[in-house]
Amino acid sequence: MIKSYKARRIISNTLIYIILAIMCLIWVSPFAYLLLHSFRGEGYVTVNYLIPHEFTFKNYIDLFLGTGGDASINFPRWFLNTLVVAIFSCVISTISVLAVSYSLSRLRFGARKKLMNVGMILGMFPGFMTMIAMYYLLDAMHLTRTLVALVICYSCGAGLGFQISKGFFDTIPRALDEAATIDGANKNQIFWKIILPMSKPIVVYTVLTSFIGPWCDFILAKIIMGDDRANYTVAIGLQAMTTNEFIQAYYKQYLAGSVCVAVPITILFLRMQKYYVEGVTAGGVKG
Amino acid sequence: MTFVEYKMLNPFQRFAYNFKKFFKSIPGAFGRFFSACGRGIKKFILGIGKGFKNYGLTFVKGDWATKLSYLIFGVGDLHKGKTYKGILFFLVELLYAFYMVFFGWYWFKDFFTLGTRETYTTYDDFGFPQVHAGDESMKILLYSTLTIVISVIVFIVYIANIKDAYRHQIMRQNGEKPTTLKQDAQEFLDGKYHITLLSFPVLMIGIFNILPLIFMILIAFTNYSKEHFTLFDWVGLQNFGQLFDVINSNKKATTFMGIAGWTLIWAIVATFSNYILGMVVALMINKKGIKLKSLWRTLFVITIAVPQFVSLLLMNQMLQENGAVNILLGHLFNGGESMGIKFLTDDVWTARITVMVVNCWVGIPYTILSMSGILMNIPEDLYESARIDGASPVKTFTAITLPYMIFVTTPQLITQFVGNINNFNVIFLLSGGYPCNVAV
Repeated sequence: MIKSYKARRIISNTLIYIILAIMCLIWVSPFAYLLLHSFRGEGYVTVNYLIPHEFTFKNYIDLFLGTGGDASINFPRWFLNTLVVAIFSCVISTISVLAVSYSLSRLRFGARKKLMNVGMILGMFPGFMTMIAMYYLLDAMHLTRTLVALVICYSCGAGLGFQISKGFFDTIPRALDEAATIDGANKNQIFWKIILPMSKPIVVYTVLTSFIGPWCDFILAKIIMGDDRANYTVAIGLQAMTTNEFIQAYYKQYLAGSVCVAVPITILFLRMQKYYVEGVTAGGVKG
Repeated sequence: MTFVEYKMLNPFQRFAYNFKKFFKSIPGAFGRFFSACGRGIKKFILGIGKGFKNYGLTFVKGDWATKLSYLIFGVGDLHKGKTYKGILFFLVELLYAFYMVFFGWYWFKDFFTLGTRETYTTYDDFGFPQVHAGDESMKILLYSTLTIVISVIVFIVYIANIKDAYRHQIMRQNGEKPTTLKQDAQEFLDGKYHITLLSFPVLMIGIFNILPLIFMILIAFTNYSKEHFTLFDWVGLQNFGQLFDVINSNKKATTFMGIAGWTLIWAIVATFSNYILGMVVALMINKKGIKLKSLWRTLFVITIAVPQFVSLLLMNQMLQENGAVNILLGHLFNGGESMGIKFLTDDVWTARITVMVVNCWVGIPYTILSMSGILMNIPEDLYESARIDGASPVKTFTAITLPYMIFVTTPQLITQFVGNINNFNVIFLLSGGYPCNVAV
């Protein structure tokens, strides 16, 4: 009996290993393809074999020196643009999210429930529904085609994403607040000196998500920047490289650029993965 | 029926019982819904009535400064020695007056017509064209919406100003002194801390989320289109009528219905395929006896970590007629010749299925990541006691793991469903929205 149980377990585990291995292959192989072909030396667009014949760094060097034939394709500039936008919108969004979620979670005031419901309802509208209006609004402020507009776009609605961090704050025992109040701390001191130092996972999670946002957003940046290529972010810049106009000359540089964006973000994400899981699960339990 | 009686039924009887209960509860639910609506409306009307009553009563009871506050903001506060607040109230009125005189009214006066003058061109004596700019409905609508929002805010400030003036009058009658600026500042760090924290985010959301939203909703009631680009007009509910006018097979209606149907299918399939498959994989990774757990997880998580536009544009390139997928399939099944399958450009349903499969590739790791965290959180003693009671692995799964996970992840499931209805990136970056299935 025990033997057969053991045998059954070995068989099922082997089966699971095989399935997992195949799935991982499927999941990772596109990125392996991306990495391999970003070093490809020969050919222009696609080639009819999977592993390149000739490896070179030329694509990366061309990408950063901007030697591709068109002056408007300027990857270093795009990278810098995105970095600046990401840093500013990250700071503003983190402050907004933490402020909103903290006050909705741990402070008690009359309009609290109403604000939460309004926040939920506003969160249901798709972001791109307001894009045209947003464009006109920013146009009226003479901000279209600037990086400031992007910072505003990415950070203005951040306060609506309070649910996860609110869930986290809900799990911190109230007794701490009470003890601090008895010791004479006001709400401001409780927030900065007691709750925030305890909330490292959720702070890291919020910083991380709002920092990565601008690197990944495509449609808002496209609408705001139009054809002003100097102010592009990496997302729309790389997409521009794959349009019919540029794909012949820039396909390999596009692959190299994708690697340059993906690698830092991936490393950042993997290092912060622990916080991400903690943030999501802690916030998810209470909804 | 008691709980024990219910537990003694077989599954079919339980289903029949629940079925009957559900339909029996429908009329009651409707009744409750409408009575709740009625109560809400009644409360609202009563609230307005009370507001008017207070407005009048305060005016009657107020002294001269409070009465003057009805016209000039902040007079009451200034008179009672609350100088800084009075000045702030007055500044609000001053700024609002400036705004209305020099900007707001100019646009708002055309709000109900959305402009009447067409843009036209004449030629002067030398034959040069002269463009006479007409009204721009878009700007009129946008600035009018802004004016309305600002007016509502100023109205709230106005009411607050009256209330504050009356409050200070009562305080003076009772011989109390108004609080100083320093005390108020302290209060904003303690009792009113929520105002300090919330004002900035709420302001941002108000200007850049709610205002555009109102604006876009208002546009739904106009005839803004290619034919009426600069000058358009209110048309009431006409657009909505056309949108649901399936009987006359209106072009807008057929397009909308087609798209709405597909969106619904997409949202359901995308959400549940990701959820179920992700759960299966997470269970496999977290199964006892499986080694290298963190390696498997990391390999999957790479897909999340790589920015979506990179992976989706890559997928788009790989799924082209002579892209990597066709080459690979060719090597496997076609003796080295590319298969030449048009995944994304030819047939509507091929493209749809491709998009759904790619969405699985993008979305499953998210489920794996959050599910693994939850699976590790399930208390081990639950399983232990189940094992002692002689439960089989299948039974432990259906009775412990599954209910626990569904309970914890339901909010996530709902947000994912809404997110998929509003999903733009996956389809746009993959196929650019092609192939079109409706004649435009």
